[in-house]
Amino acid sequence: MTTVLDKRSTPPASAVTRGTQETPRTWIPPETMPPASEPRRSTATIRTVDVIRLLGSAFAAIGFTAWLFFYALPLQGVIGFVVVAYVIFLLLFGILTAFDENGQTVRDRIVAVFVNSLAFLMLLALFSVVVYTVGRGVGPLGNLNFFTQDMSNAGPLDPLTRGGVIHAVLGTLIMITIALAISIPLGLLTAVFLSEFPGRYARFVRTVVEAMTALPSIVAGLFIYATIIVFLGFNRSGFAASLAITVMMLPIIIRSADVVLRLVPGNLKEAARALGASTWRTVWTVTLPTARSGLTTAIILGTARGIGETSPVLLTAGATTFLNVNPLSGPMTSLPLTTFTFVKSPENNMIARGFGTAAVLMVLVLVLFALARAIGGRGPGQLSTRQQRARARQSRDDGYRYRARALGVPTSAVRRANPRSLPAAAATRSGAGVADSAAVGLTVATIAPPAVAEATAQQTRAARTLRRRLSEWRLLPKPSAAINRFRRSSKAPQGSPEPGPNSTPPAPDTSGPTRKDPDA
Amino acid sequence: MSPSKSNPTAAANGGTIIDATGTRTEVIQSPVTTITDKPRRLVSASDGPDIAFRWIARGSGTIVVTVMLLVGLFLAYQGFQALHVAGPSFITEQSWDPNSGKFGIAAVLAGTAFIALTAISFALPLSLGTALYISEYAPAKIKNALVTIVDLMAAVPSVVYGLWGLFFLSPNVLPVSQWISTYLGWIPIFAVDGFDQNDPLSSPTAFAASTFIAGIVVALMVAPITSSIMREVFTQAPLGEREGALALGATKWGMISSVVLPFGRGGIIGGTMLGLGRALGETIAVFLIISPVFVIQPHILEKGANSISALIALRYNEASKFEISALMAAGLSLFVITLIVNFIASTIIGRSRSGNETT
Repeated sequence: MTTVLDKRSTPPASAVTRGTQETPRTWIPPETMPPASEPRRSTATIRTVDVIRLLGSAFAAIGFTAWLFFYALPLQGVIGFVVVAYVIFLLLFGILTAFDENGQTVRDRIVAVFVNSLAFLMLLALFSVVVYTVGRGVGPLGNLNFFTQDMSNAGPLDPLTRGGVIHAVLGTLIMITIALAISIPLGLLTAVFLSEFPGRYARFVRTVVEAMTALPSIVAGLFIYATIIVFLGFNRSGFAASLAITVMMLPIIIRSADVVLRLVPGNLKEAARALGASTWRTVWTVTLPTARSGLTTAIILGTARGIGETSPVLLTAGATTFLNVNPLSGPMTSLPLTTFTFVKSPENNMIARGFGTAAVLMVLVLVLFALARAIGGRGPGQLSTRQQRARARQSRDDGYRYRARALGVPTSAVRRANPRSLPAAAATRSGAGVADSAAVGLTVATIAPPAVAEATAQQTRAARTLRRRLSEWRLLPKPSAAINRFRRSSKAPQGSPEPGPNSTPPAPDTSGPTRKDPDA
Repeated sequence: MSPSKSNPTAAANGGTIIDATGTRTEVIQSPVTTITDKPRRLVSASDGPDIAFRWIARGSGTIVVTVMLLVGLFLAYQGFQALHVAGPSFITEQSWDPNSGKFGIAAVLAGTAFIALTAISFALPLSLGTALYISEYAPAKIKNALVTIVDLMAAVPSVVYGLWGLFFLSPNVLPVSQWISTYLGWIPIFAVDGFDQNDPLSSPTAFAASTFIAGIVVALMVAPITSSIMREVFTQAPLGEREGALALGATKWGMISSVVLPFGRGGIIGGTMLGLGRALGETIAVFLIISPVFVIQPHILEKGANSISALIALRYNEASKFEISALMAAGLSLFVITLIVNFIASTIIGRSRSGNETT
């Protein structure tokens, strides 16, 4: 046996002398040997063979089903074709996979295909609902009069160029406005009550509210119908319908707002309380703003639900074909109710109008939903970029305010003296010398609370210092430039930065940051 | 060794300690603390606005509770008037003619149950598949979009689903109904009486306006809610257990069936029951599709169905005062059933391992 060894891998002399010369115990592979070439692994979860199997069995299934339907068996119908083809496809796919995989893998693949197709079916159904409704509603939607007229002058046999749904649109808007005017304050206050004042009573309220989310909407309508209209003897009106919508919407809003409010981090509230804020101020300045996006989402989704409900309105509003903007007298109608009455007519034009109304309704709901997504979707305390900027601005202004108070000058003076681009960190570093101002942009501000009492005592002196420092800040280069220079000049920050190109000339009574301060 | 180092009294009374290395340590006698610090009251003083706020919040809670209880009590009060007249036959009577005193919810209750059960049997696999797809199979890029779409589906008004079911689904489903009744007609619920397969003149309209079609439409309305509850639970399945299963060599389905599904069992059952509660109360879509009958109709493919909410929508208009109270009784029974179903659902979700965090 001969082993070719590289010079460098020859064992050291001690090892050679101890063991046999031919077979060294430790063998270090020579560097010249090429590294074992490892093919790059594919991390894709779908392999080519899977795709081939899928496509193959799909084509085979379609072909086989076509043969069954047209030649072999007396079958017909589109849905039947799809169902049979799908079953055959699953079978073929399983058999194909079973050729070179074990049982577990076959099951895994079949389930994966099945789950994918169920999700696809669900999306297809939604797509079909939306597209079919809009598609059949295009006829009336194309005519402008659909949005500007009511149905008072249009009979069932009139063409689509007469009559419209303005009465339903306005009715819906009036009803939902009244309903929201009642349910937003009441709902939010109750949600705040549930989350901020826990106790036996709050638990009782929560239980009742949760039970009421189970109330079928038609029963809410029936309640208002029986009390307001039958019992109290009022006529059907938009206001009664709004009340029915409120009864239906209130538990939904309370429940989702309660969930959102409970997600507000406890440490934020505790911080507010620790600073001495009362319950009311904690709720108003901490809890509600933190949960704002979630609360908005809760309200908007409740609104979408309230707008789309037909049954409470059906019982309480009284369908009408006239435009009526007075919610307190006379019947009023809403978009879903108008849709409902339109499609109950046997006339094609009325049915087309019904689809048009449904499309308008759906667009309204879609807009509300998109709004809810745009506003919400973030948890409490998670800020958008814009909110973060606003918060940074606010924090900087706070810094100015503190400084102004400490130095006994108006806030505007401090703000005017600070260029906009100056980071908040610089403004808050009251105690730090400005000599190392090149590093200011990088420093995490450790805010030393201004000693207010001391400042009032030594007001004159402080004001002088301020004047000097304000002019020094004017001399500061832009933060980005400062950072770059800081990076360039190794680890140690530059002692005194040159004035930036954009900086304004210093005030006559100061001479720049390098000047020794006689007061310090 | 210096004696002062080992002298504790010198240290306690103050003085200088010099240790072996010659370092001098000044010991300063600490002043005796005589101030006894009382425990502070941990309650912040409530100022005027705070007390007002407390009472306003409490008051709004009270208003809400009052309204809600009023709904329940009024339903119960009005309902019991009718129940008093009808007696136990309210449960067993099928026809609905309150003015002659002969009325009961047997037919509509059974119809409600049939529609809801049909809906759930479609919605359960559909929503389970969608939830699994979104939480396990979907590429990360489209996951959020899918969640939005499913939520959007829940927000589509029920009247739109009703239109779709009436004008699009119904004609397309007729051949399927016919096929099922022809080949599976020996199963009692799939039998159809008014249709003879061998008679060329018999029309497939015998399959229109059936429980089956209404059930499919309600299933589509229920599936998004069910599916989003299930998805929420599935995504909370612990990552460690998932990775453990995969590391032991499980396939994806093996991982799902051994980790995700057992973890999410409470969510699956609870979500389905919440969907059932929703399906029971659905009005307009059902009302548009069915043609009401007042007999117990167990043949789900056959024309004619009914539900409590459809009954209310159908009869409230010309109702006398007593009939309103009879409808209230029907509504009350629907409310009680929905309440029980929802209560069981939330209990199951809350008790399960996964539900502790979700609700």
